[in-house]
Amino acid sequence: MSIVWKAAAPVAPAEPAALPLPLAQRLWDSAFVRKALLLALLALGWEALARWTDNDLLLPGFVATAKAFVDGLQNGELPTRAGLSVWLLLQGYGLGVLAAFGLTTLAVSTRLGRDLLSLLTAMFNPLPAIALLPLALLWFGLGSKSLLFVLVHSVLWPLALATFAGFQGVPEVLRMAGRNYGLTGLRYVLQILVPAALPSILSGLKIGWAFAWRTLIAAELVFGATSGQGGLGWYVFQNRNELYTDRVFAGLACVILIGLAIEHLVFDTLERVTVRRWGVQR
Amino acid sequence: MPLLDVHALTLDYVAERRRVRATDQVSFSLDDGERLVLLGPSGCGKSSLLKAVAGFVKPSGGRILLDGEGVDGPGPDRIVVFQEYDQLPPWKTVRENVAFPLLASRRAAKAEAFARADAAIEQVGLGRFAEAYPHTLSGGMKQRVAIARALAMRPRVLLMDEPFAALDALTRRRMQEELLALAQEVGFSLLFVTHSIEEALVVGHRIVLLSAHPGRVRAEFDSRAFGLGGAGSSSFQAAVQQIHRLLFDEAPEGLAA
Repeated sequence: MSIVWKAAAPVAPAEPAALPLPLAQRLWDSAFVRKALLLALLALGWEALARWTDNDLLLPGFVATAKAFVDGLQNGELPTRAGLSVWLLLQGYGLGVLAAFGLTTLAVSTRLGRDLLSLLTAMFNPLPAIALLPLALLWFGLGSKSLLFVLVHSVLWPLALATFAGFQGVPEVLRMAGRNYGLTGLRYVLQILVPAALPSILSGLKIGWAFAWRTLIAAELVFGATSGQGGLGWYVFQNRNELYTDRVFAGLACVILIGLAIEHLVFDTLERVTVRRWGVQR
Repeated sequence: MPLLDVHALTLDYVAERRRVRATDQVSFSLDDGERLVLLGPSGCGKSSLLKAVAGFVKPSGGRILLDGEGVDGPGPDRIVVFQEYDQLPPWKTVRENVAFPLLASRRAAKAEAFARADAAIEQVGLGRFAEAYPHTLSGGMKQRVAIARALAMRPRVLLMDEPFAALDALTRRRMQEELLALAQEVGFSLLFVTHSIEEALVVGHRIVLLSAHPGRVRAEFDSRAFGLGGAGSSSFQAAVQQIHRLLFDEAPEGLAA
């Protein structure tokens, strides 16, 4: 066998390896720019529709809503209402997350715990949180306790379901590696299962957040005023009674904006610094 | 006294409501500083044996003694290097991965754990990638991280379950060379599982040959004479042939264990 050594290929003429893309292309590649454009188009269509129907009582336009929104911000009513809602939501969400974590930890530790979790989620996950509101009112009366009860219900089951599914998807060798280093019990759950299942847990947290937010607003619509102060849902309901439809729209816009902000600021950031950085989720 | 003494080990596993015997009365021992290879076709229970030594599988019979003490349950004195890349937590950088067992087992404080991790990472030649996440590494590099992680722990015995089986032939060859160089440098005791005859001859001081269904010890070989350098020699080829015959042909009377 004879070997013929080839000389190294001649170096290619100097050509920049990476050309910057044109500005328009870079803008179009940004999801934020694309979404902002879509939003602008939707607002334009809405305004056109409102002007065409020409009935402020039924459908105030984008401009009228924006005005009511800014008014609400300036006189401090919207921020107060939103603050009340968000604070209540955070408490209920936190309690729900803790309960879900406890239940799933129990489920990975014992077989009976697993049966309990699958039974309870099968029973209660399809049950709308709002359907429990009459019962909650009976037990806890008019007040934030009733709202917390339905909030926990709306977060707990979807999050427990997603977390447990995530735990079950943790690769066997990763489990064995963890046990190999002497990790057991809660340390094993916290140091192996939770980070390994984080994509599922994050998506469960997102779903739980959306469920909790819509449950809270709906519950506030039903009775809302807690010790004389209602949240955003109450704001919407009250203004509808007084036929300030533009304020109803402003309240709804506030609900949507807070939802968008949490989704994009909190959850996107969480995903970026964890699962996307680790290459476990695109 | 041998470092690791496995005596008459019988392992069963349950599949589709039936109890299947994986290994039957398997005995072998490993001395301090020795490299022992379990070699056999698939279904001979060699991985089950390794998992039993690691403490993941409870034996139905026989005993496993490490330094004269019975093994029950997994522990950081026996670190396993698996074949699958999943064994590295993706949320930890190379450096954190290597320090992880030291911290998780509370064998070392943070500063010492990272110092030992850095040293082990240098030993496997990954110094430049200490801050990289596993998903950015190639298969060979991931296995190097797993080996560094095991080395940093300085376990009583290293357990390797076909660690190079998922790699391409060239990388596998280089990893075998590096493993032998590390053995020279560090001097560890190794229990190594493989289905490759060549790899067994290159890596091991001794080879335990297993037959399948259920796994039984068929023969034991001394393979100190073979290293990577002798892979092409005629005596190496003769040994490969001999083992091949033992594995796949009817064994002559008296050789079967």
